[in-house]
Amino acid sequence: MKKWECVVCGFIYDEAEGLPEEGIEPGTKWEDIPEDWVCPDCGVGKEDFEMVEI
Amino acid sequence: MDPVVIVGSGLAGFNVVKELRKLDSETPVVMLTADDGRNYSKPMLSNGFTKGKSADELAMLTPEQVAEQYDVTVRTFTEVTAIDREAHALVLGDGERQSYGKLVLAWGADVFRPPIEGDATDRIYSVNDLMDYGRFRQELEGKQKVLVMGGGLIGCEFANDLTNGGFTVELVEPVGRCLPQLLPEPASEAVADGLRELGVTLHFGPLVKEVNHGDAGKLVASLSDGATIEADAVLSAVGLRPRKELAEAAGLDVNRGILVDRQLRTSDPDIFALGDCAEVEGHVLPYVLPLMAAARSLAKTLAGEDTPVKYGVMPVTIKTPACPTVVLPPPENVDGDWECEADGLNVRALYRDSEGQLRGYALTGDHVKEKLQLNKEVPPLMA
Repeated sequence: MKKWECVVCGFIYDEAEGLPEEGIEPGTKWEDIPEDWVCPDCGVGKEDFEMVEI
Repeated sequence: MDPVVIVGSGLAGFNVVKELRKLDSETPVVMLTADDGRNYSKPMLSNGFTKGKSADELAMLTPEQVAEQYDVTVRTFTEVTAIDREAHALVLGDGERQSYGKLVLAWGADVFRPPIEGDATDRIYSVNDLMDYGRFRQELEGKQKVLVMGGGLIGCEFANDLTNGGFTVELVEPVGRCLPQLLPEPASEAVADGLRELGVTLHFGPLVKEVNHGDAGKLVASLSDGATIEADAVLSAVGLRPRKELAEAAGLDVNRGILVDRQLRTSDPDIFALGDCAEVEGHVLPYVLPLMAAARSLAKTLAGEDTPVKYGVMPVTIKTPACPTVVLPPPENVDGDWECEADGLNVRALYRDSEGQLRGYALTGDHVKEKLQLNKEVPPLMA
């Protein structure tokens, strides 16, 4: 399980936790998130996220 | 073909370029910036000390990389001094002119500088862009104690970030609480408690009247209540004012910001504005979510498909990890009341209008995770 950080606002998507409130189940891999998904905090797209080691 | 000229290289200007190029690779685009033109994200300036990031490390693209990646011309250190609407041209600081077909004003907001006396006012810093951030980091080298003026969004974020970065912070806020413009009182108190537990000293009530040189390189701030605070550095974070003077001088309609319609069009059909300088149908929202929505719709309009901006539910996350906070400010024209539940650092405050409809919220501590659930109950700001 990996984590991805939004380079614009710092929001972190944690694959282990998913985003159940948005219908993204825990364990959902980054590549399985729809391409039109946007950062819930700042609205940028998936291309503005980077994988991070935390 | 006359280019689309974008003034400003911050998040607003940059994202217009990025979105426009997805739709239109032909129209020449010129980006003018008074700064060095490096691409960075402003929200990341608020946790740079926590992460130990220098200005260079926060820069994501050089202006040359922006130019190459998006096939645009970037003119750095270029100041605009006037808009000649009749000639469709900008007058630049060096007297040169830059003609435009369509003009996009994305030049942001100025920091408000309150009148302060004393012999060390040149040592008062503010951080409104990456270059400011670089200068402030340099000022702090080898220093220990920082006085932060202002307990709003930027003041509280920096107080938290500087403390995480190993500095001792005292904060002065004349209104009696943290984030008075964004949060209801119980949520302000939670943020204040979080910052205090972290070690920040908060002075609510007084204003900083003077900043003078003290002994051994120290600075001494005199407050309106007679107290003095000694510090090694002073950061001013008392608010932003949309930059509207040049637009006003050119005869464009302005109010609190540069007035634009839903297409982000000013009172001149070939001039647009977005981001911190713009007032969109009465909304001045200097936050990232509205700016991104505006950049996307403006790119469509510039590419030939007139598109109104839609504002959905746009909460603002406040980077105070000492007390995580997210707020959805209620629309200004909506009458209603806050209902607050508070338990230590955990506050849930809901703003309902006279019909009981949820129109805003402020969540702190454990409650921040209820954000997405609550978003579903709130009608969009501008559908």
